[in-house]
Amino acid sequence: MSKYKAVIGLEMHCELKSNSKVFSNACNEYSEIANINVQALDMAFPGTLPVVNKECVRKALLMSIVLNCKQPEYLYFDRKNYYYPDLPKGYQITQMHSPIGIDGHITINCNGYEKDILIHDIHLEEDSAALEHFSDASLIDYNRSGVPLLELVTEPCFNSAEEAVAFLEEMRRIYQYCDVSDADTQKGQIRCDVNVSIMDEDAKELGTKVEIKNVNTFANVFEAINYEIKRQSELKDAGRYAEVVQETRRFDEETGTTKRMRGKVDAIDYKYFVEPNIPKYKIDNSWLEEIKKDIPELPRERKNKYINSWHLSEYDANIIIKDKSYADYFDECVNSGIDAKVAANWLIVNIIAYLSKEDISIKEFFLTPKLLKQIIDELNKGTISSKQAKEIFFKALDEEKVPSSYISKDIAQISDKGALEEIITNILNNNSKQIEEYKNGKTNLFDYFVGQVMKETRGKANPILTKEILKDKLDN
Amino acid sequence: MVELGIKKLHELLKSGEVTSAELIKESLQKSHEIQEKCNAFVTIVDDALSTQVTDDVLSGIPFGIKDNYSTKGILSTGSSNTLRDYVPFFDATAVANLRIHGAVPVNKTALDEFGMGGTGTTAHTGVIRNPWDVKRMCAGSSSGSAAAVAAGVYPYALGSDTGDSIRKPAAFCGIVGYKPTYGMISRYGLFPFASSLDHCGVLTRSVEDAAIVVDAMKGCDELDQTSWDSQDISLANSLNGNVAGKKLFFIKEIVDESNYPDLSKELKEHLSNFRKTIKNLERIGVSVDEVSIDKTLLNAIPSVYVCLSCAEATSNMSNLTGIIFGPRGKGDNVTEMMKDHRTKGFSPLIKRRFVIGSYILQKENQERYFVNAQRVRRLIVDKMKELFKTYDGLILPVSTGGAPYIDGSKDEINASDTAILEEHLQIGNFGGFPSITIPNGFVSKLPVGVNITGDCYDDANILNIAYALEATMNYKGMIAGDKYE
Repeated sequence: MSKYKAVIGLEMHCELKSNSKVFSNACNEYSEIANINVQALDMAFPGTLPVVNKECVRKALLMSIVLNCKQPEYLYFDRKNYYYPDLPKGYQITQMHSPIGIDGHITINCNGYEKDILIHDIHLEEDSAALEHFSDASLIDYNRSGVPLLELVTEPCFNSAEEAVAFLEEMRRIYQYCDVSDADTQKGQIRCDVNVSIMDEDAKELGTKVEIKNVNTFANVFEAINYEIKRQSELKDAGRYAEVVQETRRFDEETGTTKRMRGKVDAIDYKYFVEPNIPKYKIDNSWLEEIKKDIPELPRERKNKYINSWHLSEYDANIIIKDKSYADYFDECVNSGIDAKVAANWLIVNIIAYLSKEDISIKEFFLTPKLLKQIIDELNKGTISSKQAKEIFFKALDEEKVPSSYISKDIAQISDKGALEEIITNILNNNSKQIEEYKNGKTNLFDYFVGQVMKETRGKANPILTKEILKDKLDN
Repeated sequence: MVELGIKKLHELLKSGEVTSAELIKESLQKSHEIQEKCNAFVTIVDDALSTQVTDDVLSGIPFGIKDNYSTKGILSTGSSNTLRDYVPFFDATAVANLRIHGAVPVNKTALDEFGMGGTGTTAHTGVIRNPWDVKRMCAGSSSGSAAAVAAGVYPYALGSDTGDSIRKPAAFCGIVGYKPTYGMISRYGLFPFASSLDHCGVLTRSVEDAAIVVDAMKGCDELDQTSWDSQDISLANSLNGNVAGKKLFFIKEIVDESNYPDLSKELKEHLSNFRKTIKNLERIGVSVDEVSIDKTLLNAIPSVYVCLSCAEATSNMSNLTGIIFGPRGKGDNVTEMMKDHRTKGFSPLIKRRFVIGSYILQKENQERYFVNAQRVRRLIVDKMKELFKTYDGLILPVSTGGAPYIDGSKDEINASDTAILEEHLQIGNFGGFPSITIPNGFVSKLPVGVNITGDCYDDANILNIAYALEATMNYKGMIAGDKYE
């Protein structure tokens, strides 16, 4: 789209899942009701002190390891000082001097090609309160104040909006797979800042960097980057590149454009210094080893397994790994003995569609892999047809009964070879004229015989077995 | 009766010679008298309720709390207009611990605004006066606590100490001031001044009372990560007066007369009184050595203190915006409202410290001022730690003599020759060392004090030395106005 090379860096903020907040014991839980998950510290009442939530540190370290970062020898925090009504203490506790992870990297897949993304650092910090503005007043909701946040900063190593979003989606999956965060953009659990600059394809030096703050959905990240590339490219084309200045902009959702917030000269000096109320904490190797054991199979590894060992198509594999709960369900199916391709088909064609129609999660889905297997086993045995299998599937879901309860004698197919042979012999004996025509070359009469068998058995004859026996008797 | 010590009061309560209610009534009455005389309080809790007398020595006995401690349901202002109407909904851990022991708070004592001063002249309720001579200051910032304890309102009052805020007013008021090792008492609920230097502590009229009260205040607190478990330490039970073989040192560059070319009569008297105190120690078997320390290092102490305390204070007090608590400022937008609140709320002295703190923390200045100050702090602490390998503690005279007059006092960074004599107590805050001041005589009819500072976690030893020294002199349990000498 542009003849220039775009250089993009991301800052991704993700709210961690934990029982309590990162420095207070208030509940860390999304709530529609304002100001119910609040402790004295979250509103900075005088004399309150931060106490580090070890579980948050564990999760942050886990992500640091997953992203192949270096972990610091000591854990400590810094204060980032600035005044804003959503920041009750007048400073945010974050990590500037010694982030929980530095110099990491991770491989992503973007439209079929692989790319190594460099991680500058990942650090643990606290969220601010949420502001809601009205025409004549602003309200502050302190539920979010002190919620644990992991901020991930990449090197400027993306060259397109597609790559940036592919990375964000991969990261979201990783957060979910590692049970570190629900990473739900709808609840504002992921927020991004984006840096964009452009340069001539052969240039040695980077262009002027523009930062876009607080972009809250991946679709907006995509739009914001493309808008910014377009804006900067047009100015450069027009010989007005000097008008691209180092500044902070915001993304305007309504117009799909970015708007200037402040320039470089207005940049805030955050006066970082070490938080004195939290003593330095030695991160033992034994703890890191313990955490490593908790790292689950990551989406990328699972995808490779699905494609290489279980022979799924990349398309199917991509659908299944998209959501950890799908992948977990799928793995359980295969581990319980269902053929991988069959399980993938059921999951993709029937189950995911059903879930989205009913708007439920797979955890609420009645047919566990074990119950699904009951249907598939019967199908494999030939006791039921695939049409019947589907009927049982939906009936079981509808009535919340185990599938085996529908596989009665009545519904079962006639798969008894002896019984079928007897029926078929009878039919053939009564249709000697048609046999002759068949043997003289009117082979499409085969279907006529199948039809007769079905008629006789009221559709319960196993079609495959029926065809086998028929072929055997007619051709010999 | 409230001018007695804790153990004596406990005996009287137990025997029924006096009731908790009577003690409280007497203490409240005295509070009002001293308020007239010294302006020592922000709040007098006239409806304070008596508690049941148990076997706990503190039960039923009244005490005072510096107004920078958060007290549930009782106005807590930090002596600042920014919190002039703030009534907390929780107790500071140290206060909660004392309540568990049955102690009864009867007043909140005035201080230099948020502890950021050393004169007792910057409280939003006005100047605090010294009960020995109301024309003189108490020093600060625990001025109200020192005045009240010295005047015999109750046996003890809580203080806080960031530079010398317990130990210097104690000296000027002829009482005991003790701040234990950093983290021995939880800081949860203490309004912060400079978190890495802030200590809770107590002002009393005897070493024994200081030990008893800190025993009750201390303990590991899950709300303060810098607090530590001191269950195994009982300060009061460690006081046996047996100090033979203990070793102390004093610093030549601070104590020797030759350091002060313009030696005043008062200072001369003060220093020779200190030598007398040393003799007392030697008589009970404590050896006291003169140690020389690089004067450059010593001279850096006050400026290191200013850099670090102002920097941390600037950040610590950023929560005072009038949005959540304190009087809401006026303005067209939230920035204007915060500005208005802070402009009207803080005294000029504090604002100056904020400007210094901000300047020091600015990106372009941090390395030069803040980081260097931290380095020098480390050098000073290392030097002391090295000496504490040989010695039980450091002993030095407090200040240059008795309390100065209020009029003409300037709470400024002291640049004179005697700066180090005025400011050396800050060493105790740099290292988080246990440090205690006890009265050691009179200079120009005003009480003066001597300070002993030891290594971290060695509180029991330091208190025991102070306890033994106290017994060699006649200044234990003094009440201002009584005749001594």
